[in-house]
Amino acid sequence: MAESRFVYVTYIRTTPEKLWQALLDPEFTRRYWCETVQESEWKPGASWRMMIPDGRVADSGDIIEIEPHRKLVHSWRNEFKPELQAEGYSRITYELEKVGESVKLTITHEIDRPDSKFITAVSGGWPHILASLKSLLETGEPLEETRHWPKGV
Amino acid sequence: MDVDKVFKALADPGRRLLLDRLRVENGQALGQLCEHLAMSRQAVTKHLKLLEEANLVVTIRRGREKLHYLNPVPIHEIAARWIGKFEYGRLRILAELKKQLEGETDG
Repeated sequence: MAESRFVYVTYIRTTPEKLWQALLDPEFTRRYWCETVQESEWKPGASWRMMIPDGRVADSGDIIEIEPHRKLVHSWRNEFKPELQAEGYSRITYELEKVGESVKLTITHEIDRPDSKFITAVSGGWPHILASLKSLLETGEPLEETRHWPKGV
Repeated sequence: MDVDKVFKALADPGRRLLLDRLRVENGQALGQLCEHLAMSRQAVTKHLKLLEEANLVVTIRRGREKLHYLNPVPIHEIAARWIGKFEYGRLRILAELKKQLEGETDG
């Protein structure tokens, strides 16, 4: 296989509008995504950055495609670990689709190289983040395990 | 998510084997998944359909091929439902210990 990729799907009892806000809005991401916030003008070509609580930039990229409440595609490169940064830009696609009383959220994260260390690294984290996002939207509380940025990282 | 479907899908050694195969190499086409398996192509197709309905496998189309990806999210959601906030780390240590002592086997 010439590329590395994972595809994760979760169903969340919410609306596409609320889920979209939860994915982008710092007030939400801080609560379920380990206190991180994203910064972008959220339009094609705009830069994208993800910051950890102490303000350092953990990841960066550019917005490739954006269709509010339906689809977001942006490039994503880790800026923390030299061996991950060296792999260059990956691409993440969020797709939101209303299914009955829920929204089907599909996350595809891919990079044009085989056996990517970066894809392996992020694939382990996403199930935790997604379960916590689901919990926050459905019960009002995120999961304990993703409330804080890990100490010493 | 339909929890019953997840448990039903996991309650079969053949389907667990398919998930194991995807864990080793994600994004395989049907033909590749059938290689070195003692199951007929028909049986694999049927298992994959059940796994997809349970949201444990997600497929995407790339050209003429349909690629299968392991989706661990429903299993994680089930775990999050019963595992308390402070137990997670300890359980992970126990699971690691068990794995090291017993070797990785299909339980």
